[in-house]
This record gives sequence, structure tokens and C-alpha cells, in this order.
Amino acid sequence: MSREDEAAGDESGRVEGAGERPQPRTNDPADPRSWAWRTTRREFFSYTALGAAAAAAAARARAAPAPAEARSALGPGAVPVVLWVNGARHRLELEPRATLAEALRLNLGLTGTKIGCDRGACSACTVLLDGEPVSSCMTFALDVGTRKVTTIEGLAEGDRLHPLQEAFVAHDALQCGFCTPGMVLSCAALLVRNPNPTLDDVKAATSGNLCRCGTYPKVFAATLAAASTRRAGR
Amino acid sequence: MAESDRGPQTGRFPIGIPGADLRTEERPLPPGEPPPWPPNAELKVVGKPTRRVDGLAKVTGRALYTSDVKPPGMLWARRLCSPHAHARITAIDSSAAERHSGFRGVELLDRPIGQAHLRDPKQELHSRFPVLRYVGQPIGAVAAVSPAAAEEIRALVRVEYEVLPFTIDLARAQEASAPIVYPGPVDMGGSAGGGGAASGLGMNGNVRGPSRSARGDVAKGLAEAEVVVEGEFRTQVQTHSALETHGVVAHWKRDGLTVWASTQGTASVQDELAATLGLPKANIRVITEYMGGGFGAKFGAGSYGLLAALLSRKTGAPVRLMLDRAEEHQSAGNRPATTQTLRVGAKRDGTLTAIQLRSVGTAGVATGAGVGSFAERMYACPSFSSEQYDVFVHAGPGTAFRAPGFPPGAFGLEQVMDELAERLGMDPLALRERIDTQVESGALARREQRRIGAEKFGWSRRRPPGSERGPVKRGLGVAQAFWPRHVSLESSCEVRLGRDGKVELRSGVQDIGTGTRTVLAQTVGEELGVPAGEVTIRIGDTLFPRGPNSGGSVTTASITPAARNAAAEVKRQLLELAAPKLRATPAELAAEGGFVYVRSSPARRLPLSRAARLMKAGALTAVAKRTPDYAPPPGAAVVKGYGGVQFVEVAVDTDTGLVRVERVVAVHDCGRPMNPLGVESQVNGGILQGLSYALYEERRLDPHTGRMVNPNLESYKILGPREVPRIEVHLIEDYRGRSSTDAGGIGEPAIVPTAAALANAIYNAIGVRMRELPMTPARVLAALATGGRKAAPR
Repeated sequence: MSREDEAAGDESGRVEGAGERPQPRTNDPADPRSWAWRTTRREFFSYTALGAAAAAAAARARAAPAPAEARSALGPGAVPVVLWVNGARHRLELEPRATLAEALRLNLGLTGTKIGCDRGACSACTVLLDGEPVSSCMTFALDVGTRKVTTIEGLAEGDRLHPLQEAFVAHDALQCGFCTPGMVLSCAALLVRNPNPTLDDVKAATSGNLCRCGTYPKVFAATLAAASTRRAGR
Repeated sequence: MAESDRGPQTGRFPIGIPGADLRTEERPLPPGEPPPWPPNAELKVVGKPTRRVDGLAKVTGRALYTSDVKPPGMLWARRLCSPHAHARITAIDSSAAERHSGFRGVELLDRPIGQAHLRDPKQELHSRFPVLRYVGQPIGAVAAVSPAAAEEIRALVRVEYEVLPFTIDLARAQEASAPIVYPGPVDMGGSAGGGGAASGLGMNGNVRGPSRSARGDVAKGLAEAEVVVEGEFRTQVQTHSALETHGVVAHWKRDGLTVWASTQGTASVQDELAATLGLPKANIRVITEYMGGGFGAKFGAGSYGLLAALLSRKTGAPVRLMLDRAEEHQSAGNRPATTQTLRVGAKRDGTLTAIQLRSVGTAGVATGAGVGSFAERMYACPSFSSEQYDVFVHAGPGTAFRAPGFPPGAFGLEQVMDELAERLGMDPLALRERIDTQVESGALARREQRRIGAEKFGWSRRRPPGSERGPVKRGLGVAQAFWPRHVSLESSCEVRLGRDGKVELRSGVQDIGTGTRTVLAQTVGEELGVPAGEVTIRIGDTLFPRGPNSGGSVTTASITPAARNAAAEVKRQLLELAAPKLRATPAELAAEGGFVYVRSSPARRLPLSRAARLMKAGALTAVAKRTPDYAPPPGAAVVKGYGGVQFVEVAVDTDTGLVRVERVVAVHDCGRPMNPLGVESQVNGGILQGLSYALYEERRLDPHTGRMVNPNLESYKILGPREVPRIEVHLIEDYRGRSSTDAGGIGEPAIVPTAAALANAIYNAIGVRMRELPMTPARVLAALATGGRKAAPR
């Protein structure tokens, strides 16, 4: 945890500023009580710190009336969350501490998203949020908001594979396959923002994606081949 | 079988290396074996670059790994692990944990798992619970209704410790006053992937051994030498860091135990659980459909497997126990640290007279920290002696790691040979031409590999060491690989041809990412005349015939002959069935391109699916088990290993110490390459893991606590995309007539020479020898400052 995270709440469970904003009940954009989108990490921890300290605070809360804002804080129990994943809307009940990776894997059964390190260092959990690659193990499900989530399961259009998926198979750009979903998604995002990547562009785009089998050279070849296939309009 | 009834058979075997000495030899064919395949060029499916049959499942996220398995009602378990490097547990209180609403069970280990054990258990320290000997040693595990609850509950278990003195330092541990790891002599077997050390060796304090090996008279050899080169080399602890951690999902039901395991050996998990739990093997089913990397560390059930099984028995629910990344680094195995001293004597013409090796290494609380038999077996030399010691320290256990012992062994020996060549005024490749004559160790292949590699790489560009001007200096280096050939006879397959014409292979063997499914599909496809993509491969399940454990580059060499032999028997049945319909004898028929046809008149044919409908039963099936490698005829070259030569081009910034690998040319052999596309991927992987080992990786322990300070993937550095050089892989086919497929392995040989070739290239760039791994910028600068006379400070 960063210093900022640790500073989010003190031992008494009091959080500075937590009462200054309206207390949302859900992140559903259709819900008038919904989150303000793009909650900052610090703000988010303000909420969850309240939740995390709830066990200790519960006794005090019963003994003395808690401030109104604390009673309406999110968590620690599950709260309703709406996620748009691979084009479909899902209403979920998630603890505020649930990461997007956990929500995808455990609640939606989308296990193509892998967890390798659970702290943003290996990128096996990469998914796209509105087309941007993010580490889903470092993203709270509640923070996703209205952004559209694309996982590896949603990259193909029906039975038609994404050109990168084709190219990965053709070039043998996978061995054990555990890094593959994240690797494919990082490269897919690259091809959207840069249809004419160089080798160095591919290396930069995948620089956070670790592959212990050492398949990188073929990932590069597959991505460059997919880009040239697209350019040729095939 | 019909053939065997007609007495001793012979077969026309391809022998040798295409482009060099490929020929056909008539050799005896053991009874029941199918006729030898011709070279790859004459085959239809085998030897052709073939897409992975499970590629689609992997690129779409449909491939289900152990960490993805979630049977209904599954509980989540987490291990309790030692926070101390050496301690006795005095009390464990789980009452607070049990009051948590998510709590479902707790189990404690009654003995340490995955480390050395006292020969005489009575010598163990007095303790109610197993003594803790490293930070991260598992104590037990809790099961809970959710991952978060398991985390919370784990923290609620109160364990009280009596902390004992410890040491994690290889040098300090050898001193008489050092804290003792084991209070008596210990032993530890290896795994299917290697590791471990000889049993019954003596112990003095923390020092175990030596394990000795010798031939000839080294003292005489050194006395006769005209040049003697010596060097000390150090290597660090490397963790496997597979992206999927170790773990299982275990479900204990009345009719038996089912375990989904992230393992390199479904059989090894079944064996260990049967032995530990006292269950018949038949009541334990192990499933490994997909697994996210092993590299030698994933054999057996492990503490996690046992604990999950016990928790499932207790709770009646399936239990998932996967390690987290920190546990993985600390307790799931590593490549041991080594310090080796080499002394090599030679005549002026390069002929070796003596090789003397002494190694002292540490695998923490495990054995197996030697540098292997690389120096013993690689080059022709009349005298050799080695003594290898294990030193115990209070740190996580070493395990087999891709070519156990050999990458450190090559890092030493191949640098000494580089130095010897320089002292003799010889080109390093010319020196190898003279001394690399051990046919058993793959010399025939390496001779060809040096020729091909030197040309592709442009070895003639190499200049004297340190001759480039300017702060960034380029250099070229070479080193050679050898890995002994191993075959597991515990390799069986069933091949089925259904009445619907569908071909299927079943085996317990697992695909750990090496492409086992694909080579099996090719093997069966070749024999039955169908494309690899049309063969259904069902593997990684102990309900099927037992498969080999995947370690030591055994899998393809072991399982493909069984697959071919089973397919050949199915084909025999099929041809017998089709013969009347085609008005021919079975011997006149062949199966190819999806048809059964008459050889002399190919127009007389039946589609395979029509021929299959002739069967009365639901399927033609055959089970085959691996037969031993064919005995070579008298006088034939006996090749008991694989070769490989790697060339590295490097740029070293002498201002910053930064090493940038620009290009690697690798030439390898693996018998008959079954799927060149997959072999190439594995060679890439060996090289990149080797470069990562050479430049970046190191487990760092805090000397004050024994804790690993980098148990993650951001400060434990493994090579990423930006560090990937240009790699060119060239394969040679090396036919030796050893089995019905003559396939070999490639996983291990590909990593053996990489660090050494890089070190030799760095020497060529800067004129200073790097004797310690990893070759970090700090060490490069220190070596430049001292002229490489001694190993740099840690």
C-alpha cells in the first residue's frame, strides 16, 4: 500500500472529509444515488477504510449514535454494482473491496482474466476499460463506473476471432498460455491507438506483461503480422 | 502382433544428421515395434511446423487452469506460514479464527514437507509441532467461504513461537559456531525433474557431503598440463516464478478424492497423495487440463495438496488452495546458489589433461545444490575429479529447476574453456573442435551446430577482447549445451478410432505449455493419416493410462513412441477391417490423407470415416506403454544426450555497467524434431530464462530476519519484453534410431549455455571476466574497477 492509502483512515475509523460528500449506495448510472464517476483512489479508500474498520467501529456505533454519514457508508458488506462487460450489463452484489479481477473471475465466471501477482506487476490480469488496458487486480470493481470492460472472452466477434488471436495461434505466440489473455489485450489496445506499430512500439505496449515461458519474440511477430494483415484489409 | 510372429524383424532407420551424414541403416527392430519412420522431409504431419491444437482455447480464455476451477460449494483455503527463519511453535490457538462466520476448517501439518528429513527422526529438537526452519515454511491452513474470509481468518490464528538462532549466509553456515539447521544427518530425494542429492552422505554441522565423482588421475593430469586455468564462479538463488502459482482444488467424496492440480506430473500428485493419505491410487483422480508453467518446481502434492485434501475431508466441500506470489517465491522451490572452483589442465594444442571441480552450494533446507555432471561429461579429458557439497541455511528449499545444476555448471566450465582458448591463442570454436569429442554427450550434433551457428552469427567478426573504442563496447561470445537424455517408461496412451471416424488419444500426461498435446496429435495423425487438428487429445487426467511426469526434457521422448505404437495397433485393426471391402490383404493397404487405400492402386480407397463404420464395436482401441530405447547395434554411435551451441552478441556500457544483449543465435538438436514451431518456442524460452538468470534475477534475503525482501514480481526482476534481443533459432535433425518416433527433448538444453555464452561475450567486449551472477551493472563496474581479479562484492 502506498503512503496515501495508509493515511486514508485512523484507528478510530474516522475518516477526514468522509462526511462532506453525498453517500452513494450503488454505482448504477441509472440510480440517482449512484457514485460520482471516477472516484479517486484516495476517495475510494476513504469509503473502504470506514468499511474495513467497521468491525471495531460496530460496537462503538451501537453504544453511541454514529454520525449519519458513517451509517450510510459503503461496505463492508456487499453493495449493488453494475458492470458493462463484453457488451452485456451485469448487476452484481460486491463487497467494496472486490477488485475488478475478482468480480470478473468469481462473480461472472470470466476466468480468462488471470491473476499472476495480484499487485499490478505481471499484467496477466489485463482487461480493457473503454479500450484502455488496465490491471484488473489493481482496479476496484466499484471504480469501473460506466466504462465498458472488455475481457479476453469478449475480444472475438462471435465465432470470428480477433486478428490478433488468429496471429497468436499462427505464430505460436503462447506456451503455457497463462499470460496470453493479458498479452493479447495489451496488443489489441496498441493496434487501436497505433495501427502501424514498430517492433519497439510492441515492446513498449507489452512492457508490463511478463511471460515466464519466454514467448515474447513470437508475441512481437504475431502483433506485427496482425497489424500488417489489417493494413492490407484482409 | 502379426509382425512379431514372423521372427526377428529389421527396419530401415534414418541415422545421422541431414546435411551432414544422414544415411539409412538396416537395424534390428524389437518385436511389436512399428517400422521406423523416414526422416521428417518424407513425413506428412510429424516434423511440420504445426499450430498448437490448444491454441484457440488459450487465446480465447477458454482454457481452464487449476486456479480457474470452481466446483459448486468450493471453499477457499490459505496457508499459515512461519514468520521466523528458525523457531519452535509453543502454542497454536485457533479459537478466534473459528468464531469468524466464514470459518469452515483448520488443519495443521504434522511434519515438514518439501525439505530434507532427518535420517534418525529421534534426533529432531524436542517440539510438539514441526520445527520451523525458514521464513514461509507452511504450518497449516484454514478453509473459509470466500478468499477474503480466508485471509481474515488466517490472521486470527494465534501462533506462539520460541525463536531460535538462524543463518542464511553460505559462508557463515560453514563455520563451527554457526546456528545449526538440522541436528543430525539428513537425506532428500529428487523429483522427476532432478534436484535432490545422493542419500547417505556424511554431515558436519551444516555441511553435507561431499558427493564425489572421479576418473583417471587428476594430480598426474595437472602435472602433465602445459597450461592450467583456474577460476571461482558464483551463482545466485533464482526462483521459478511460473505465472500460475502452485496449488490445487481438492474434493474428497465418499468414492474418492479428486484433485485439480497445477502440476508437471499428474502421476506424481497421485503417488504422493496415495502414500501420504493411505488411499489406493485408484481412489485418487488428478486432473491437469491446463497449467501455467512449472520449470521444475511442480511435482508431487506439496503441503498445499495435502492440506487441501485434509480440509476437504473435514468439511465435505471442495477446497481450493493456491499459493500467493510471496508464498510462491519463499516456499515453492528455487535454483540453489552455488560457488564452484574449477581447475583445468591442457596441452599446448588444447588437448585436456585434467578437470578438477569443487562446488559448495546451498538449497536452503533442501539438498541438491550441486552443479551437475556438465564438467564431468562435456569434454574428452582423461582425468576428472569433483567434490560437491550441500550447505544448509535457514532459507526456502531448492528444487529441480530447468536443467538442475547445468546452467551454473556451464557458467563455470564454458568460461574456463574461453579463457583456456585465449591462453592458448586459439579460437574458442577451434578449441571445441579439439576437445568436444564425447559422442555420448552429443558431440556429433554440436560439431554441425558450431559450423551452422558460426556462419549464421558471423563469428568471424569477433575481435580481441576489449578492442572496441568508446564507452559502449560490443562483444561476441559462445558456449555449448549438453543435457543427458532421459526416458520415462511409465508412459502410456490409449488411442481410439470411433465408429464415427473420430480419432482420440487419452493419457494421464500433462501439457505444461511445451506443446505435448500438439506433438501427440501429430504422432497419431501421422500414423493414421489424418491432420493433427482432427485428432482429439484428452490428457492430464489419471483416469487415463498413466503418463510420464514432465521434467528433465523427458516428455516428448517418452510419450510419443507410446502414442505411435498405440496408433499403429489401431491402424492394424483398421486395415484388417477394411481389407475385404477393398479386396486386398491388410499388408497391401495404407492409411493416409484421410483414406484407407491400396498402395499399388490408390484409387481403390475408402474414406477413413467409411472404413470406421465397418467396425462392430463402438471403437477400435489400443493401449501402449513406452518400450525401452532400442539397443544400438555393435559399433554404432551411442548418443545419450542432446547438444546445442549458443552465440551471443552484447553491448556493454562501461560508464553505467549496463549490459544490453543484442542478438542470440542458437543451434540445437532434439532427435527428431516433432513440431519445429513448438521447439523454436521452447528454445526462445530457454534463452530468455537464461538471460534473465544471468542479468536480473536474485532472491534477496534480509540477513537480520531471514525474510525475502523481494517476494513479488516488481522487485524480483524477471526479463520483460524490452530486454528481448533478436533471437535466431536453428534446429538440426539428429536421427539415432532410438524409438518408434526417435524424438528427444529440448526444454533443458536450451537454457544450459545461455549465461555462459553471455559472460563470454561480455568478456570479449570489455576484456574483464564476470564470475558472479547476476551480472548487474554494479558488478560490471566493480569488475571493470578490479580488472575481474576477484568476485565483486554482493
